[in-house]
Amino acid sequence: MALPLYRKRFDLPLAKDPTSRFLTWLTALIVYLAALALAGALVVSDMARRWDSGLAGGLTVQIAPLPDAAASPLNERVEAALTVLRSTPGVKTANALTSDDTARLLEPWLGPEAADPLLPMPRLIDVVTDGPVDVDALTLRLKSAAPGATLDDHAVWLADLRNFAGAVHLAALGVVALIGGAGVMAVVFAVRAGLAIHRHVVELLHLMGATDRYVARQFESHVMSLTLRGGLGGLGLALATLVGIGRASAGLRASLLPNVSLEVWQMGLLAIVPVMACLLAMVTARWTVLRTLETLP
Amino acid sequence: MIRFENVGLRYGTGPEVLRDISFTLPPGSFHFMTGASGAGKSSLLKLMYLAHRPSRGLITLFGRDMARAKRGDLPALRRQIGVVFQDFALLDHLSTLDNVALPLRMSGASEADVVEHCTEILRWVGLGNHLHALPSTLSGGQQQRVAIARSVINRPRLLLADEPTGNVDDGIGMRLLYLFEELHKLGTTVVIATHNEALIRRFDHPRLHLENGRLHVMPAQAARWA
Ligand SMILES: Nc1ncnc2c1ncn2[C@@H]1O[C@H](COP(=O)(O)OP(=O)(O)O)[C@@H](O)[C@H]1O
Ligand SMILES: [Mg+2]
Repeated sequence: MALPLYRKRFDLPLAKDPTSRFLTWLTALIVYLAALALAGALVVSDMARRWDSGLAGGLTVQIAPLPDAAASPLNERVEAALTVLRSTPGVKTANALTSDDTARLLEPWLGPEAADPLLPMPRLIDVVTDGPVDVDALTLRLKSAAPGATLDDHAVWLADLRNFAGAVHLAALGVVALIGGAGVMAVVFAVRAGLAIHRHVVELLHLMGATDRYVARQFESHVMSLTLRGGLGGLGLALATLVGIGRASAGLRASLLPNVSLEVWQMGLLAIVPVMACLLAMVTARWTVLRTLETLP
Repeated sequence: MIRFENVGLRYGTGPEVLRDISFTLPPGSFHFMTGASGAGKSSLLKLMYLAHRPSRGLITLFGRDMARAKRGDLPALRRQIGVVFQDFALLDHLSTLDNVALPLRMSGASEADVVEHCTEILRWVGLGNHLHALPSTLSGGQQQRVAIARSVINRPRLLLADEPTGNVDDGIGMRLLYLFEELHKLGTTVVIATHNEALIRRFDHPRLHLENGRLHVMPAQAARWA
């Protein structure tokens, strides 16, 4: 700082403007929110990818216990369903889950009592497919062979999950666009205020033969240093928040929560946010100055 | 160098401040501009340094018709004009050296050149010991010399000064005028607006006299004995 060569020199005394500190804080807030929105989108992407790899290429058949005494016992109906399934083209394997397996699956919802043999529990058949399956025809055949059978096509709720992930992405994008728009307006406002406060200096520079670009550059570098400072602060805060949430969720025992911690490369991706914010602010500052100076002769 | 033909100027919808102004300043000439306060001296200078566009008439500067000049061409033209503003117009937050450096930095000069030339010219106007002083710490006469140093640092082809001797005593006023004389000898075209009849009489230059919005050009001898 003391070296005269590296001394920052502005013809316009912008640093003392009241708008300067405001812009730094605002950028910090904007980058914080945008980074969190982006992190949310990344988490949902991860989740969607896991669902995809876990559920694609599969069907689940559920055979409900029937109170009707006339019906054949549950085990027989499971066997009948397995026979139907194994003879269906497109089905690779079909395996019935034991009662214990089923109880384990339901434990997060029902607690340890899920294993109670008195609870009427459905039996599940996990089906892996290796080709297209005519789901409607299969459903009909299953229902006649094993009353109480229902067929869950994973594709249906995978589509739902994908829709959900898409909606979250869209929402994150919307949030980023909204706060980005607010940021652009704040920069326009701050630069206009700066031009008004220093009108006599700007006019003097203009009369001395300064090009509009020369004046704009001063505002650009000023806005750059402000938003870079604010943006880095906001990013640091966002990363701290994410690490905190990751720690807190790791401590929870409920396996219902998705994994919300981010990889290192994803954290790196978030570093783009302050850079983009800074670039956007600079472009906005230049555009505002050039537009305003056009009114000078 | 500069030519006005039937130029008129009005501010907004007000009356014409300048009417039918026609004159030609040859390259390398030296003119005083006189006229009562409010006669339009500052307005005429502003037309010359392209701060205003005329309401009517034709201005030719450096051989170019200003009505047809594109906005993007004006900065380069303005950089060839040195202006000493009536109120100095120094930037309070910049040191003496940085104030004088403005025109050089605008033209993209290297930092080494900037420091060298500015130091040299500030020594020349007797402010070698005040390179890093802020304008507010200088006396009126010293500020005036900074303003003059800044107006000539780029070796302008045209130098316009608006009452540069306004608030200094005659001794300093005389020294400033000798400074302008030096520049004139180096080939710069000079126009100086002033009230100071005593100074005008000491130098043998023609006069542009404004009265009732009209301009009368008086040759050197007449100017001396007017
Ligand atoms: N920006 C302006 N807007 C309106 N009227 C102006 C403006 N500048 C100067 N005038 C008017 O133009 C006339 C000439 O002013 P000026 O050129 O400053 O005269 P001088 O420099 O000779 O004192 C005055 O009547 C003044 O009131
Ligand atoms: Mg005046």
